[in-house]
Amino acid sequence: MEGALTAVPGRALRGSRCSRCEVAVYPADPACPSCSGPSAPVSLSATGTVWTWTVQRYAPKSPPYAAPEDGFRPFVVGYVELPEGVRILAVLHGVRPEDVRIGMPVTITTGDGVPSARLADPAGVTT
Amino acid sequence: MRDVADTSAVDDVDDASDGYDPAAGDGGAADVLVCGVGITPFGRSQATGMQLAVEAVNEALADAGLPWSRVRAAFGGSDAAGNADTLVTRLGLTGVPFVNVRNGCATGGSALVSAVNAIRAGAADVALAVGFDKHPRGAFDPRPADWGLDEAYGSEGLMVTTQFFAMKIQRYMYDHGITPRTLALVAEKAYANGGRNPYAWRREPLDADEILASGMVNDPLTRYMFCSPGQGAVALVLCNREVARGLGGGTAPVALRAAVVRTRRFGSFEVFSPWAPGGTPTSVSTDAARAAFEETGIGPDDIDVCQLQDTESGAEVMHMAECGFCEHGEQERLIASGATAIGGALPVNTDGGCIANGEPIGASGLRQVHEIVQQLRGRAGERQVPGDPRTGFTHVYGAPGVSACTVLTR
Repeated sequence: MEGALTAVPGRALRGSRCSRCEVAVYPADPACPSCSGPSAPVSLSATGTVWTWTVQRYAPKSPPYAAPEDGFRPFVVGYVELPEGVRILAVLHGVRPEDVRIGMPVTITTGDGVPSARLADPAGVTT
Repeated sequence: MRDVADTSAVDDVDDASDGYDPAAGDGGAADVLVCGVGITPFGRSQATGMQLAVEAVNEALADAGLPWSRVRAAFGGSDAAGNADTLVTRLGLTGVPFVNVRNGCATGGSALVSAVNAIRAGAADVALAVGFDKHPRGAFDPRPADWGLDEAYGSEGLMVTTQFFAMKIQRYMYDHGITPRTLALVAEKAYANGGRNPYAWRREPLDADEILASGMVNDPLTRYMFCSPGQGAVALVLCNREVARGLGGGTAPVALRAAVVRTRRFGSFEVFSPWAPGGTPTSVSTDAARAAFEETGIGPDDIDVCQLQDTESGAEVMHMAECGFCEHGEQERLIASGATAIGGALPVNTDGGCIANGEPIGASGLRQVHEIVQQLRGRAGERQVPGDPRTGFTHVYGAPGVSACTVLTR
């Protein structure tokens, strides 16, 4: 999966969209999982809403989990729904477990690891 | 290559020609009978998975009143406790064809489908399905590469099955008005039923308040709403109607009317998915249940007792609707009213389900069938569903989007 999780300029998520049935997928896939037709790469929207979420309250087993050097802390994880009609699994940073809500607007980016989401402020600027 | 000790299988195939009639219109499914069942205690002990499997197989054979040498085809598997076909070393080297099945949570169901097909095809008149497992303590620790995922999903802590089930029920509660108390009531029922099942692992009753206060694991699911990986084994002996007629014993055989395995279609929301499509998710459980009901010509309303995958209490809630037993959201009222308890209108997971029995992956699907067979035979002891149940249903779901369902009747 060469480059499947790597960033394009602007750190937007790189997915793909089927030219026939308009289905968008992430990570990019040369074939549409719905109709098997050809798909073209596309940069996905950087903003969306929380579709569902949970809190990882215990440290997952290592390996494969690599805990931070200063130790495990519970983190929020969820699926972020983008306007393209895809829901992306992401770690939600800077959101306290007691504050996270379904429908909450977030921005989503990717870097070296899995996609990460942050609270979007009303102006759409990352907090 | 050694000779098969007993070659009468060839004759039996000919003799079985009056068993399955493709023109009968009902698919011939009623001609597969469960004539023997065996189960070990679930939980944890020093026994190996294979030792448990041998125990279950021998118990099932004794229950059927048939020797191992009469088994003409065997199918079985475990997820983490070894190759089922090596059981022949302990069971007897009869030359029987023995196929290993490894299909995640559908391992038992897939072994069962294969055994059913062997009988329907006339390739065997007696077939065995066996499922067993033994897992280390703690949550499962799948490797990203086995699921086609980037290593980052593992190293950042997203390869966690409990997370997925929490996120699925979280959204379901939002969409359909299910409350945390309903999740607790499902677990309360599981422990109550487990207390009536001598083979269950968790047999101490816990009430809904204790379950809600047991500590959040993955919101909204608390510690006692989850099952734990454990150990156990279950074996089923199947036969055609002619063999069943020749068997003594005081119990009416139970017919395995449908055994169906399905994989997901596009649009489903599954464990270990980096993404999911928008819209209302499709459900592989719905697909498998519908196919099983269509095959038998009876529907969810006709079922007297059922077993639905309950790896955590949210799963039981969602699977009630996904398998067609109620509308989405109706569970809130049904569960509170006791409809899914042993004395209710639709008893669910009468043996305590995964929550009280734990989850030995290879064994769970067949445990469900074992329980339905005992219920339909009227042999379920303290947990017997009243009113002489005649129809039952089982359902498992697992990664990466697979479901196995059965319909049984007496």
